[in-house]
Amino acid sequence: MQLVLEKRAERSRTIALISPLIAIGLTLVTMSVLFAVLGKNPITALGVYFIAPLTDSYSLQEIAVKATPLVMIAIGLSLCYLANAWNIGAEGQFLIGAVAGSWIAVKTQGTEAGHWVLPAMLVAGAVAGALYALIPALCRVKFGASEILTSLMLVYVADLILDYLVRGPWRDPAGFNFPTTAEFDPVATVPVLIEGGRLHLGSIIALVVVACAFVLLDRTIKGFEIRVVGVAPRAARFGGFNSNQLVLLTFAVSGALAGLAGIIEVAGPIGHLQPGISPGYGFTAIIVAFLGRLNPVGILIAGLFLALTFIGGEQAQITMKIPLDVTKVFQGILLFYVLACDSLILYRFKLVFASRQVQSGAG
Amino acid sequence: MMKRLLSAAAALVLAGSIAGVAHAADKLKVGFIYLGPIGDLGWTYQHELGRQALVKELGDKIETTYLENVPEGPDSERAIEQLVRAGNKLIFTTSFGYMDPTLKVAKKYPNVHFEHSTGYKRDKNMSTYSGRWYQGRYIQGQIAAKMSKAGVLGYIGSFPIPEVISGINATMLGAQSVNPNIKVKIIWVNTWFDPGKEADAAKALLDQGADIIMQHTDSPAAMQVAAERGKLAFGQDSEMIKFGPKAQLTSILDTWGPYYIARVKAELDGTWKSEDTWGGLDSKMFEMAPYTNMPDDVKKMAEETQAAITAGKLHPFKCPVVGQDGKEVECKGGANLADGQILGMNFYVKGVDDKLPGK
Repeated sequence: MQLVLEKRAERSRTIALISPLIAIGLTLVTMSVLFAVLGKNPITALGVYFIAPLTDSYSLQEIAVKATPLVMIAIGLSLCYLANAWNIGAEGQFLIGAVAGSWIAVKTQGTEAGHWVLPAMLVAGAVAGALYALIPALCRVKFGASEILTSLMLVYVADLILDYLVRGPWRDPAGFNFPTTAEFDPVATVPVLIEGGRLHLGSIIALVVVACAFVLLDRTIKGFEIRVVGVAPRAARFGGFNSNQLVLLTFAVSGALAGLAGIIEVAGPIGHLQPGISPGYGFTAIIVAFLGRLNPVGILIAGLFLALTFIGGEQAQITMKIPLDVTKVFQGILLFYVLACDSLILYRFKLVFASRQVQSGAG
Repeated sequence: MMKRLLSAAAALVLAGSIAGVAHAADKLKVGFIYLGPIGDLGWTYQHELGRQALVKELGDKIETTYLENVPEGPDSERAIEQLVRAGNKLIFTTSFGYMDPTLKVAKKYPNVHFEHSTGYKRDKNMSTYSGRWYQGRYIQGQIAAKMSKAGVLGYIGSFPIPEVISGINATMLGAQSVNPNIKVKIIWVNTWFDPGKEADAAKALLDQGADIIMQHTDSPAAMQVAAERGKLAFGQDSEMIKFGPKAQLTSILDTWGPYYIARVKAELDGTWKSEDTWGGLDSKMFEMAPYTNMPDDVKKMAEETQAAITAGKLHPFKCPVVGQDGKEVECKGGANLADGQILGMNFYVKGVDDKLPGK
């Protein structure tokens, strides 16, 4: 007797809907076992992870702050991935956006510059991110270079550019030679929404981005083009859709969003430019994009959920002394189950009995 | 039966947690933010050893909590604030990059005390603390110059910040006191911890003719490379002798325990106040690992230098200090360079054949 995966004749809609729920359920069960083995009460632990962060305004704000860059970047990436363009370098576009916006902040520091500074920074960040993303896109369109490789490698270039600037020309003169710019002026800072908290205007912008992406994909011809090019490139060609143009467009849009997220992060929660402004947002956003099934609303939920696990993980470290590694295991298990359960949408399990087995000589 | 067992277990858990809460209420809560995972050696591990020493000493009066692997970006401010919200009254943030986040949280919670390691921004409720590691580097420089046959030292730099640069300069001044013609080759790896890069740098330095490896990075990779090639090396932050039993000459060991204990005692006594502590060999802010793999006369010299520095008779940056350009550096601290000049050091001393990155 043997258990095999058999391809379904068509996608199962029911399973598509309940698959994430199965995944979360299995994750909870596995985690409970893990907590029990660690000698922690599973119910309390899960409560600290998932419920406690949702019960006070401070933690809710922090979840939004953490999710903001993830969601913004992931929305851009989803457009790319839907159109079969593989932008892996959002991290680099994030950094370049942060650098470009910071340039204005640094140059206007201590001057009488007015309220145009922040909008100009945001525009600069988005434009720089878009231009930076167009490099791998152009290389693919013109020379057939793999955009996966080129976009990834440009991450390191961006990282080093940022590094050079904060150690050299933009270094805070009063900063004892440490690699950071001076704190941005108030006009160059993203405003906080609730006094005393960290929730900032960027979260609103992220929501607007989600709404725009939803309209684009669901209600416009461009959105239709993007999806057709991704799912059926040949059909798209016959339909007269220009896939090269779409590669350029989706890369530019995702670069712009990553760049915007970068400058918002620097001008918001951080307040100055320094190395290490991103704990890998550009890469984590790839997970968020797929966890959200490349769907704008799904991405919003996935981003918030992942942020919740970060905040909950910290609280678990503090209140229950659960090591950080457990949080990572937890995120890994979740992703594993989501992907595993997704295969049930296209496949189903089937028991095959030994008597009907033909290829018995394989072993 | 099963049901009864379960409810008994639940009651037990509940009772345990209530007792825990009641117990914790009268204890001082002390929090730590760690840059890396704790692991079993390196920067974060040494802070963890300090915390363990603290618990051993004052465990009945305090409760400690730590958050590990906290990135220096926007996440750190949240992590620090989480500790505050969990009731911690004294919080140690153990990496330079936590400076501004610590300051921001400190301004928001004036009744909580903060201690930031290796930074320079302070407030009424925020102290700073660091070690005068350049003293240890001076001793290492002397040992290296004695032990090197080629007269060339290999130096793995992390980031060109003042602490690292003053380390290179102190090494060089120590080495020159033994051999005026000593040379140093520097490779900047732009990381505090990356075993692959560190090993590559060590190999490159050895290939370029260096026969002693010194590092300002955190992993034992360079030590292992030196051991494989039959060369000598210095550890960093932690004891690394087990990675090069025949290679390690000594290592600068960060020993935060005494400081942590002193500060927590002050907090318990109500005498805590914002201070800037820059401790050297005399205050045991760091120690030197045993001097190994060297002849007795070199060991004796190292011990004498260590004793002289500890007693305050020898200052590695004794004036005149000559810069790379051959000009004497302005001496702002009387007989020695002023602390501010060392803390903000961004020049090389004479004899360093390297260009300072970003200059």
